[in-house]
Amino acid sequence: MDEMTITSAQYTELNSMIRATIDGTEMFIPLDPANRHYAEILRQVEAGTLTIADAD
Amino acid sequence: MTRARDIANLGNNTTNLETLDALYGDNVLTGRNLIINGSFTVAQRGTSATVTTGSAPLTVDRFSTNIANLDQASLTESQDSAVPSGQGFANSFKVVVGGTAETTLDGDETVYIRYQGIEGQDAQHLAFGTSSAKKTTLSFWVRSGVTGNYAVLMYTNNGIGGASPRSQTLTYTVNSADTWEYKTITFDGDGASGNALANDTSAELQLYFSLAAGSNSTATDGTSWGAYAQGKLAYGQTANLIGTASAAFYITGVQLEVGETATPFEHRSYGDELAKCQRYYYESGGTATNDWGQKGYQIASNYIANTLSHPVAMRAAPSVTKAGTFVTSAIAQPTPLGSSTTSWYWQAQKDGSSGAWTMYSNSSGKFTLESEL
Repeated sequence: MDEMTITSAQYTELNSMIRATIDGTEMFIPLDPANRHYAEILRQVEAGTLTIADAD
Repeated sequence: MTRARDIANLGNNTTNLETLDALYGDNVLTGRNLIINGSFTVAQRGTSATVTTGSAPLTVDRFSTNIANLDQASLTESQDSAVPSGQGFANSFKVVVGGTAETTLDGDETVYIRYQGIEGQDAQHLAFGTSSAKKTTLSFWVRSGVTGNYAVLMYTNNGIGGASPRSQTLTYTVNSADTWEYKTITFDGDGASGNALANDTSAELQLYFSLAAGSNSTATDGTSWGAYAQGKLAYGQTANLIGTASAAFYITGVQLEVGETATPFEHRSYGDELAKCQRYYYESGGTATNDWGQKGYQIASNYIANTLSHPVAMRAAPSVTKAGTFVTSAIAQPTPLGSSTTSWYWQAQKDGSSGAWTMYSNSSGKFTLESEL
């Protein structure tokens, strides 16, 4: 019922987290499907509305 | 007679409700309340905030105010000291209407307070999805500037991702404006086959306290358990909090327990409540200078890092947010690099080949770690 606005997403070095801006806040998100932010990223990637950039 | 003697005599005295009430009231019988922070004593993020369209708590832990598609009204939420007299509470959760009141709601407008959820592994004893599914009773104190019927939705997620959520929507009535009233609502158990609560860390059981709802959220009879639909979110809601300028809604003493009888609120210590909240969120830093210091260790030619334990095991690996600027020595500002349910680690670029490689807390720099449902 609740939605998140994700405006950027990029893997960190070592590909251990995703650096993303969600609802205007930059955060580092672990690759844990039980994490609500990562679950939403996966959902939006699946829907084709979000792309995760490779690490620098 | 001592409380110990009361307990010893319970086997011969189970119909003595007065004695049972006294035992509950003295918190002898604990572990009943499925709700965390139901007396709103913990507010790690702050004590007052303007409500935005996000879904995470902004002030008090485990509860959030959610708005959708409001045209003119706005809302602020806060941890408040107004409480019902003589009930042993010190805090309540307050939502106040700002902006311009909306006496007529568009169909898609909604305002509700959401309890962030009970993990499925903590609700297995409700036996949902079986013929033994148990009823639960929700009790709370409420004070509202707007009288009328208010809806409460119980929502089951059915696993991470919520492929087939189900719900039941019931109502309570605020009879007198700006007056504390005690309310109880008994939800049925959801005994429908195939709808057992997942035995995991997902938000299997959630509560939504509606404060205002357009017709899209009230159109479908949700008074019996069934597949969730938007029209059930606030079925039966007639009160419109945002229809009155400056109207305030207070709630405290939120308790959800197994059975058809509401027992006195289970007061917990602040430490116990804080630890329960930290499973979902905590902050590190942002207080006084040198409250703590972290020594980094070299992990690569140009980088140092360190691992920190969480105060309690978290529900899931948390998202980490860095705010402000830490005091550092011979390193750049730290960056989170990994997290698990028990710990997380940061790294920072070295500033020189030798040095203390440390960072210190201050009132500016802080990390927040979040594994909300």
